[in-house]
Amino acid sequence: MNSSLQPIVSDLESTFGAKASEFRGQASVVVAPDKIVEAARSLRDKHRFDMLSALSAVDYWPQLEPRFHAVYQFKNMAQKLRLEVRVPLNGNEPQLDTLIDVYPNANWHERELWDMFGFKIKNHPDLRRILMPEDWVGHPLRKDYPLGYEEVQFTFNFEEIDQRKPRPKD
Amino acid sequence: MTLQQIEITADELKHLVSERAHTGETMLLNMGPQHPSTHGVLRLLLELDGETVVNCIPDVGFLHTGIEKNIEAKTYEKSETMTDRLDYLNTMGNNLAYCLAVEKLVDLDVPERAQAIRVIFAELQRIASHLVWLGTAGLDLAAMSIFLYCFREREKILDIMEMCSGQRMMTTYFRPGGLWRDTTAEFEPAVRAFIDTFSKQVDEYEGLLSNNPIFLDRTKNIGKLTGKDAIAWGVTGPSLRGSGVKYDLRKEEPYSGYEQYDFDIPTYEEGDVYARYRVRIDEFRQSLRIVRQALDKLPKGPFRSNNRKFVPPPRAELGNSMEAVIHHFKLWTEGFPAPKASVYVPVESPRGELGVFLEGDGGPKPYRCYWRTPSFVNLQILPMLSKGHFVADLVAIIGSIDIVLGDVDR
Repeated sequence: MNSSLQPIVSDLESTFGAKASEFRGQASVVVAPDKIVEAARSLRDKHRFDMLSALSAVDYWPQLEPRFHAVYQFKNMAQKLRLEVRVPLNGNEPQLDTLIDVYPNANWHERELWDMFGFKIKNHPDLRRILMPEDWVGHPLRKDYPLGYEEVQFTFNFEEIDQRKPRPKD
Repeated sequence: MTLQQIEITADELKHLVSERAHTGETMLLNMGPQHPSTHGVLRLLLELDGETVVNCIPDVGFLHTGIEKNIEAKTYEKSETMTDRLDYLNTMGNNLAYCLAVEKLVDLDVPERAQAIRVIFAELQRIASHLVWLGTAGLDLAAMSIFLYCFREREKILDIMEMCSGQRMMTTYFRPGGLWRDTTAEFEPAVRAFIDTFSKQVDEYEGLLSNNPIFLDRTKNIGKLTGKDAIAWGVTGPSLRGSGVKYDLRKEEPYSGYEQYDFDIPTYEEGDVYARYRVRIDEFRQSLRIVRQALDKLPKGPFRSNNRKFVPPPRAELGNSMEAVIHHFKLWTEGFPAPKASVYVPVESPRGELGVFLEGDGGPKPYRCYWRTPSFVNLQILPMLSKGHFVADLVAIIGSIDIVLGDVDR
């Protein structure tokens, strides 16, 4: 691990109970869901991670505890550091605190998390779908969301094919 | 079982516009998704007071193709063809980001020749992308002739790409471990001919626009973005450098051998549309410098890794080596496995930080592949930049942040 990243990770471990790991030189810490806003604030103000570079998630279905990981990528531009923060989320209807107050660009990323993974983002001012149509059913990037071909429905067999269509388990 | 219906009522969208829109004092106008000046299928809901923008609400997703989901169902090598389709003006750059991520995940070496050719193509692609930007952004401001010149030059770059990869745009030329094929014999003279003529063309473009009073009137002090705001909103690329922040991933976190080349990062302090224009014009010249240096010291040697567990053997070996046949068969049917871990690899695309988050699960298919696309993040600042400007200036601002909707919607 980068020598200037080491004290930051140690600080997160002692203050927020984070667990650190490393893969091919990239540092990653796991932070509990109720601590993420405070951890992000400390990263921004104390450790000068001035940019939220990316925010995404991974679904580990059928495992339920945790089922999801929200994955934040923070960037410290002055010291050229990157840090990945993972937030484990349990269950099928996970809730996550919004990060808009700390990093305003979390807005669209969090809308995408709601759209694609069905995370209920707490205190988000505008939690609508962003990529899928407003009336879409299900959250496409969940692992239990089917990826496959569609049988062509005609009027005479519409109901029959509708019966066996794979559906997201919402 | 009947189809589930979700009702959307107008009330749910009321918080997006101001109180004055509810009484009819301001006008709501729908711009796009088929508007030529939105550079693709971007829809904007505008709240207008006369001709002044009060609120601007972007609506994206019309080009959503589910590529991230599709990648999860294909092997690492086969997924790559879809990465071209994300940002279709930066196909080589997308291939590069994806290949770097795969190579980092499985710890695969790339020969020096392949790295240098990757840099040449990535920079040519940057020029081609900026040419489309310059042509279309100029067209939005009624500069017709620049559009024709830009597309003429871009065609020469696409010809070079076709010469090596067989495709003008959807190249899939970089592969995990190197390149698909080595470059052809005509490649080097063609690139040299292009860089010799193109440096004069850049001066010509500048002559058309940089001191043109109409252009200056339309671009100076329009869509101002401060460096502090830009960083807070995660803006990267020429839009960030136009706000005076010297930040370029080719220098910050060099990849594919960018540390060997000598080039500058153009920055301008003003943060308006004109500054962003100047940054991109200067980047033409810097990209030419990089291409020239890379060509001058282009190393000889293999164009892809010799690690047969990840890279298919040359076609000629299949006739006389059983081992090569086995490797070929295994790679094209099963694919190669990647460890249960994740990497995040950012590269500098013509629009900013293009990041690939790739997670493996021990099998031959990516478990999750997330694309941090610069257009998606940069587009978020559009409402902030456009408030208080005229609708005609909004067109200039959309042009100046250089979005590609394939990149926004993925």
